[in-house]
Amino acid sequence: MPALSIRSLSKSFFGYPVLSDIDIDLEVGEVHGLVGENGAGKSTLMKILAGVYAPDSGSIHLGETDLRFTHPTQAHAAGISTVFQEFNLLPDRSVAQNIYLGREPRVRGFVSSALMNRNAQALFDSLGVTTISASARVGDLSVAQQQIVEIAKALSYDARVISMDEPTAALADHEVALLYGIIRTLTSRGVTILYVSHRLREIFDLCDRISVLKDGVLVTTRAAAELDEQELVRLMVGRPLSTFFATADADAVVGDVVLSLQSAGNAWVDDISLELRSGEIVGMAGLQGAGRTEVLEGIAGSAPFTRGTVEVAGKTVRIRSPRRAIQLGIAHITEDRKATGLALGQSVLDNALSVVRATTPRRVGAARRRALTMLQDLELSARGPDQEVRYLSGGNQQKVVLAKWLLTEPRVLLLDEPTRGIDVGAKQALYVLMRTLAAAGHAILMVSSELPELIGMADRILVLRDGRLVAELPAASDEETILAAASGIDTGVAA
Amino acid sequence: MTTTTRFTTERRPLLARVGRGLRTPGGAIFVLLAILLVGLFLYNPSLGDPGQFMRFLGRTAPILIVALGQYFVIVSGEIDLSMAAIIAAQVVLAGNLIGQDASRILPVVLLMALLALVVGLLNGVLTTLFRVPSFIATLGTALVVSGITFYATGGAPSGNPVDSFREIGRGGIDKVPVFGFVPYSTIVLAVLVVLALVLMRRPFGRMLLAVGDNARMTALAGASVWWLRTRAFILSAFASTIAAIVLVGYAGVSPVVGQGYQFIAITAVILGGVVLGGGRGWVLSAIAAAFALEVLFSLLDFIGVQSTWRPAVQGVIILVALGVPLLRFTRRRSQTLRSNRPNK
Repeated sequence: MPALSIRSLSKSFFGYPVLSDIDIDLEVGEVHGLVGENGAGKSTLMKILAGVYAPDSGSIHLGETDLRFTHPTQAHAAGISTVFQEFNLLPDRSVAQNIYLGREPRVRGFVSSALMNRNAQALFDSLGVTTISASARVGDLSVAQQQIVEIAKALSYDARVISMDEPTAALADHEVALLYGIIRTLTSRGVTILYVSHRLREIFDLCDRISVLKDGVLVTTRAAAELDEQELVRLMVGRPLSTFFATADADAVVGDVVLSLQSAGNAWVDDISLELRSGEIVGMAGLQGAGRTEVLEGIAGSAPFTRGTVEVAGKTVRIRSPRRAIQLGIAHITEDRKATGLALGQSVLDNALSVVRATTPRRVGAARRRALTMLQDLELSARGPDQEVRYLSGGNQQKVVLAKWLLTEPRVLLLDEPTRGIDVGAKQALYVLMRTLAAAGHAILMVSSELPELIGMADRILVLRDGRLVAELPAASDEETILAAASGIDTGVAA
Repeated sequence: MTTTTRFTTERRPLLARVGRGLRTPGGAIFVLLAILLVGLFLYNPSLGDPGQFMRFLGRTAPILIVALGQYFVIVSGEIDLSMAAIIAAQVVLAGNLIGQDASRILPVVLLMALLALVVGLLNGVLTTLFRVPSFIATLGTALVVSGITFYATGGAPSGNPVDSFREIGRGGIDKVPVFGFVPYSTIVLAVLVVLALVLMRRPFGRMLLAVGDNARMTALAGASVWWLRTRAFILSAFASTIAAIVLVGYAGVSPVVGQGYQFIAITAVILGGVVLGGGRGWVLSAIAAAFALEVLFSLLDFIGVQSTWRPAVQGVIILVALGVPLLRFTRRRSQTLRSNRPNK
C-alpha cells in the first residue's frame, strides 16, 4: 500500500500542458527522487501536492483517502507538507514563532510562548538537531539552519509526506550531510520524502527510487540501484534536436571583439573571463544559482563587477551603473519582464521609448519615428501604440522590451532567459530575430535554462558553476556534456 | 489573453477615444465637474456671469496650483505633506520682508524661490537617497518649517506686504471682452496648467510616470530615479510658493494660511484618477478634480451645510475615491494571480 498515489494527473496553463497523465506511487518511508530539466513540470507537480494549484484532472490518494485540495492549508491538514526552494520565514520572529505561525498553541485562550518553545524544541530533538534554539531569531541563523527550520515546520503538521524542492540549493557541502541525516531520521519514522533536485549526486545518495519527468510526461520510475548517472541524464534529456532553431548563415561573419572580460568578479561571481565578438551568439549555461544572471548584471552595471577589467570595443571601461552600460552600447534584456523590463501601466510606446528618454532625451523624436516601424517589423500584436503593455501576451511584451533596447542601437545584447513564459510561435520569431541581429553585427550573450535552445542558437556555449566559468563548449555540444559540466558530474562523455 | 490584432500606428477616432476616456476615473471627473457646475449655477445664478465666475475661479486658484504640485509627486509614487507648511512660511516671509517697500519684491521672491528649492531638495533627497518614506520625510520637513514659522511670528498674524505685491492675488485685468474681469490668479493658473501639460509630454514627464509605475525598471533603463523624484518634490515646493504668493493677496499674512491645503490637494489628485503609489493619471484630471472639490464646497455652502462639515465630506471623498478603485484592483489582481501563474 503506497503512502501516496498520484493517478493520471494533468495540468495545463493557457492550453499548454505542463503535466500530462502522471502516475507516481510513493512508498511508505522511501525517499523518492523527482528529476527533469527546467520546465519539465517538477515544480508544478509539487505545487499541486501542496494545494497551490488544482489539477485539471486526475487524483491524489493518501492511503485510502482521495484528496481534493482547494487551499494549501488542506494539504497540511491531510499530512502533506512542502519545503519550497524559497524560504517562507519571517526573519525577525523566533524559530518557534515561525514554526507555529498562525496556529500558536494556546493556554486558556492566550498564546503560550513557553509551550510553543517546548513543542518546537521537541521537534528539533526528534530530528537529532541540537544546534538550533527554539527562541532564536530566525534572521540570526545560518541558511542551513533556516532550511532545517523549514523542515521542522513541515513536520510540525504531522506530515506523512514531505516534498522538498532543491533543499540543498543554498547549502554548503558540510551542511548537506546534516540534511541527509535528518532525511534518514524522518524515513526511519515512516515519513515519505519526495525529493526534487538538479544535483544528481544527491539523488543517488538519498533516493530509493527515481521518477523522471520530461516535458510534462513521466518518462519512467525506477529503482535508483538500476540506474547510473549517465543513464539518468540520458532519460532526462534524450530528445531529438528539432530544426526549430534558426541556423546561422554559412557565410555569417564573426567580427571583432566588442566586449571582453578579464577575471571580472564581484560578490556573486568570480574570475569571469570571456570575449564576445560582433555577429556571434554566445550561450551561457549553468544550474540555477550558478551565477548566470549575475554575470549579465555585472556587465550591464546593475550589480557591477568589483574586480577585473572590462573592455568594450578595445577600450578599458568601468561600468558602475546601467546608464554607463547603455552609453557604451550594452542592452540588458532581463529575466523578469514584469518586474524589471516593463512599466506595465504605461503604453507600448512609452515603454519602447523609456531607455532613450532616460539616457538620450535629445534623440526621442527620431526614436519615436523608428519605434513605430520597429514594432511593426517585430510583428507586435497590440491594439496600438497607446495600449498598456499589461494587456499584451508574454511574447508581445517581450517584443516591446526588445524594441526598447534596440532603439538604443546597442552593440552588445545581453539576453536573460529571453523565451521564458512565451509561446512556441513567439519563441521561434525571437530565434529568427536573434539571428538577424547577429547577422547585422550585434554581439549576443544569451543565458537560458533550456538546453535545446542554447544548443540550437549558440555559436559556442559557456558553462558556469558556482559563480565561475568551468567550460567553453563548441556549438554542437550535446545536452549531456553541458549538464555534466554544469553539475560537475563526470558522465563518461568527454567534456 | 489578448486578441491578436496586428499592431497599427493609427489612432482610433477622437470621439471613440474621448468616449473611452470618460469611463476611466480620470475622465469621469470632468463629468462630475460639469454636474457640480450646473448645480452651482442653479443655486447661485449670479455665478453664471462670466466675470463673477472668473472671480470664483481666481479664488480657487491657490488650491488648484497646490494640487498641480502634488500631482507630480504622487504620480512619481511619493506623497508631499509639506505643502501647507511651505505656503505659510512663504506668506510670512513675503509679508515681513517685503513690507511697504516695492523695490524689495524681486529679491524677496528670489529668496522665496530659494527656500522652495531647498525644502523640495531636502524632501527629495531624504526620500530617495536616505530612503525615508516620503510620508514621514515630508511630515518631518513640514514640522520643522512650520515650527520655524511659528517661532518667527509668535503665532500671530504679522506683516503686510505692499499693495502692488498683493495685487497678484487680488487684482486682475478689467474690461476684458466676454469675461469683463480676469483675475491675475487665473492667468497664473492657466500658465502653470499649460506648463504642466507640456512637462508631462516631455521625456521628464513620461519618465516620472514610469518611475511611479516601476522604479526598478526605470533605473535599469538608465534613468536617475532619485533625481526624477527629487525634481517632482522641487516642483511641488515651487507650486506651494506660487500658491502662497497668490494667497497673500486676498488672505493676508498669517502663519496658518494654507492650512489643510495639502489634504485637499491629495484628495483632489486621487479623485482625479491619479493612483496613489504612482504611474497613472492625467494632470488635467487632477486639476479638474481640485476645482470640482471647490465647487462642491461652495455648493454645500449655498445649500446651507455648515462649513464645519468640510473635513468630514472630504474624508468620505478620499475613502470612496481611494477605496473603490482599490477594491476593483485587488479583485482583478487576485483573478489574474489565479490564472496567470508561471508554468515552470
